[in-house]
Amino acid sequence: MQPHDDDHGHAKTTVQDDPPPSYYEVMETSVRELLVEKEVIGADEIRHMLEVMDSRTPALGAKIVARAWVDPEFKARLLANGRTACEELGIDFFEDTQFLVLENTEKVHNLLVCTLCSCYPREILGLPPDWYKQKPYRARAVKEPRALLAEFGTVIPDDVEIRVNDSTAMLRYMVLPQRPEGTENFTEEQLASLVTRDAMIGIVRANTPNRKEQSR
Amino acid sequence: MPQTARRKTKPSIHVVHAIGEEPIFKAGDSVRISVRYPVGHYRVPTYIRGKRGRVEAVIEPRAVNNEEEGFGRNAGLKRHYYRIAIPLTELWPKYSGSPYDGLRIEVFETWLERN
Repeated sequence: MQPHDDDHGHAKTTVQDDPPPSYYEVMETSVRELLVEKEVIGADEIRHMLEVMDSRTPALGAKIVARAWVDPEFKARLLANGRTACEELGIDFFEDTQFLVLENTEKVHNLLVCTLCSCYPREILGLPPDWYKQKPYRARAVKEPRALLAEFGTVIPDDVEIRVNDSTAMLRYMVLPQRPEGTENFTEEQLASLVTRDAMIGIVRANTPNRKEQSR
Repeated sequence: MPQTARRKTKPSIHVVHAIGEEPIFKAGDSVRISVRYPVGHYRVPTYIRGKRGRVEAVIEPRAVNNEEEGFGRNAGLKRHYYRIAIPLTELWPKYSGSPYDGLRIEVFETWLERN
């Protein structure tokens, strides 16, 4: 190994071996390899599923939100049945779960969490952020949501009701944020660009047009 | 929540429903989450056990009990999940936020008691 800039504390660790696999990683690998060996599922099916999951990103959710903002009838269908409304836009579901879209209003702010593990609307938003899967977020979301949101920079007024939605079994959720003011003349595409992943988890509000310009 | 409040079309003739086919609880019912600590795979977090709440909606369609499914038994009797509303002040007596703040969580029928 060539000596590298020693001021970088991490430089020496880049060629270190990964830590040994955990108990559950060994179990997962064993089960997966057995399933392939016994021809229950194919290696290509596993690879394909990973490819499908990695193809899902928050851009899909933003598209749904923008459509709901411009089309009241679509919004009504989306709130009535999230699955079939998404399927209208060509977004299919690979998990056998129901999809519930929760509308934020002037009086209600919805927040998503999975206290047991990491349930998340993967079909619509892709893989969850690391903090969503970690215990501090999972515990504090249900115990002190206002303090947690404030740490993310979102202060919810006292007269707004917070609903913490704990996804434990067969429901997956997405938050439909409020449409920002000053977007009356925006196209659907421009509206979608204001909707971030965290807005659809209920961590922040949708960006305002000014905020978006500042971040360019 | 229109999705889950969806009513089945009333049949024109009398039919006998299978066990578990009709939801036992309805929106508005007061319920208590059971306090049990069985060994196995459970999707009912401990922090809601013994707490009181209200049925916000019946979740359709019926589903296999995932406590059974966790052990590979994924066929047979299906029952409903319910979307349950529990005030955060009920979960955490020292909760200092708005008294209207609440939890929404889906709970399988076998874990609900009439309150």
